[in-house]
Amino acid sequence: MNTFSIMIVGVGGQGTLLASRLIGNAVLSEGYDVKVSEVHGMSQRGGSVITYVRYGDNVYSPIINNGEADLIISFEQLEAARYLKYLKTDGTLIVNTQKINPMSVVIGSAAYPDGVMEKLESSVNTIPVDALKLAEEAGSPKAVNVVLIGVSAKKMNIDKEVWHKIIAETVPPKFKDMNLKAFDLGYNI
Amino acid sequence: MSKKLLLGNEAVARGVYEAGAAVVSSYPGTPSTEITEAVSKYDEVYSEWAPNEKVAVETSLGASIGGARAFSAMKHVGLNVAADPLFTASYTGINGGFVIAVADDPGMFSSQNEQDSRHYAEASKVMMLEPSDSRECKDFVKKAFDLSEKFDTPVLLRLTMRVSHSRGVVELEDRKEVSLKEYKKDPSKYVMMPAYAIPKHKVVETRQAAIKEFMETSDLNRVEMNSDEIGVITAGNCYNYAKEALGDKASYLKLGCVYPLPDKLILDFASKCKKIYVVEELDPFIENHCKQLGLKVYGKDKFTMLGEYSQALVAKAVLGEEKEYKTVDVDIPGRPPVLCPGCPHRGVFYALKNLKVTVCGDIGCYTLGALPPLGAMDTTICMGASISSLHGRIKANPEYAKNSVAVIGDSTFCHSGITGLVDITYNNSPATVIVLDNSTTGMTGHQENPTTGKNIKGEPATAIDIVALAKAIGFKRIQVVDPYNLKETQDAIKTELQADEPSLIIARRPCALLKFVKHDPPYKIEQDKCKGCTSCMKIGCPAISFSDKKAHIDATQCAGCGVCTELCHFDAIKGGKTE
Repeated sequence: MNTFSIMIVGVGGQGTLLASRLIGNAVLSEGYDVKVSEVHGMSQRGGSVITYVRYGDNVYSPIINNGEADLIISFEQLEAARYLKYLKTDGTLIVNTQKINPMSVVIGSAAYPDGVMEKLESSVNTIPVDALKLAEEAGSPKAVNVVLIGVSAKKMNIDKEVWHKIIAETVPPKFKDMNLKAFDLGYNI
Repeated sequence: MSKKLLLGNEAVARGVYEAGAAVVSSYPGTPSTEITEAVSKYDEVYSEWAPNEKVAVETSLGASIGGARAFSAMKHVGLNVAADPLFTASYTGINGGFVIAVADDPGMFSSQNEQDSRHYAEASKVMMLEPSDSRECKDFVKKAFDLSEKFDTPVLLRLTMRVSHSRGVVELEDRKEVSLKEYKKDPSKYVMMPAYAIPKHKVVETRQAAIKEFMETSDLNRVEMNSDEIGVITAGNCYNYAKEALGDKASYLKLGCVYPLPDKLILDFASKCKKIYVVEELDPFIENHCKQLGLKVYGKDKFTMLGEYSQALVAKAVLGEEKEYKTVDVDIPGRPPVLCPGCPHRGVFYALKNLKVTVCGDIGCYTLGALPPLGAMDTTICMGASISSLHGRIKANPEYAKNSVAVIGDSTFCHSGITGLVDITYNNSPATVIVLDNSTTGMTGHQENPTTGKNIKGEPATAIDIVALAKAIGFKRIQVVDPYNLKETQDAIKTELQADEPSLIIARRPCALLKFVKHDPPYKIEQDKCKGCTSCMKIGCPAISFSDKKAHIDATQCAGCGVCTELCHFDAIKGGKTE
């Protein structure tokens, strides 16, 4: 198959790295070639973070440029707007409707823009998700990442059972049931 | 054989393991850190965090001379620190295979400059291999050990951030146990004084010529012929960008060895293509070599010296093609990294901002103290420069001693801050040095260091006593403060700035992200008491926000440090340890 490109964007500390690792392991178990690109170090400290996942028969570049992503999974509204240009014009944007203020907004030198969701929805194929609410329903606000993977799973043509297996293998045993519930809540919206 | 999705860095570590390496010594530095962290999981390999890269390379070279396969990893600027042993290791050569991995950071995701480490290969006359993905990371490390022993030379393995931090599919193989080689006393090989070094230089030149000839036919360098219209000469991850952008529209000379370069192979490839592009990040290293060979090539005139490359950049420069995309009309505020909630550095920078002093900064999480609203850093250069540059500043104008400080983390202090302290007492400047001791190497992701009392495997180790060390160096004024206590911290800095002799302040509090740190419950702001004065927001804590003319604390982010309570004039912040 042609290379399928997924971009995961969010704020450092939201669990985007675990999300990309789960997707990477799921597509690997289906026999695809895969590359996942991560950002470590300074950018992780509460800054804007990007992870790329690309899979297919033969993947060369580990990164995604403007107009190349089939799917963007955004963990935060503003980050969805920031990285929208990476999406193919006919790609899909999954957005956690949660808002996290950047430091410039916190200290009052900038404003968090209004109407971000409306503008995104009128521009591209957008799936809004209140992932924080679903994660809390599953048992922990930290499961936002797994909820969003649940929502994304249907776009990737991989069986639900494969996802369950990968999640069970990856997360610590005591959080297994909570994460599987979070996945299902996202999968079933 | 099992297939795994490994980071480039983890694949390097796997290669080190499979190659039978026995000794690994490194200092952490993004984007190289995970190499040695991953090595430390293999019990068959001795691994350690050295206090700095020079010590790490000397340790590994010593192990190599002692007969073991040895390895060190570092970031690009780490090789500056290790350059001294590297240049002479090129002369001594090795006994057991010796490989040094160096990770460049095009785009400066977590670095203070964008230097191109390939120049070190040429300058030190050491072979340099450059893998393009995780699979090659593992394979090239194993080849590097073999080539090191074949040609009696250290071998450099050049990585870039994108190769180090991308995961790719790697087939795991078994470790090949390599027995310790016999050490034979041979001063003419290992004692580099003029009488022995002069003949050794000739040996180095002969060796380099032999390696160059070897690389003409080595499978490290590969030609893929497709079209005769466009030829691309490239190495590392840039090969992937070119393949993604140009596919079968171009032919490729993919260089796995970037120094020494194979002249005949390059000339032969160039003769088969009408237009030649050299695709390489940072400096025109391969391009200049091609030009020296008399070739007309396109390179930096079409691309750029700056930042990271991409398939989009190659497609635009070579084919003039760009992808369509959409944007939304929204004014999007930037989101730079910030000090974490509960970060012990915050209190120190708040005090420094209040005191309006000049801050000679250093390398670590605390460099973020330079950003608003704290903005309490004036210089950041390299590891250790805070202390020595403060000393120089005071020598320029002794008045600066009253309003300037150096701040340096505990790991950076051990790396190269200690010699700066020696300069301060030996050459007598009444400097005020603040060690931000958060009991870990923070920015690179929590590595142990000589002050933490644990080694790389988390086993008990001797902890350097910074107070006793400073006393031995000649510091008489030493204070230890808790940076969560703003008044204590600020008073200590004020007092020591006025002192007429060298002072050391240790602001001691473990990183809030360390697993063993117990947090108090989150604080909350009682909305009826909050007057909206925004005093609590001056510390730039990401957990505090302001809306409807009141401050609010996000309970999911608050680490319970309570520093904000010291700023509130209206006793409006409750919770935490008071509950």
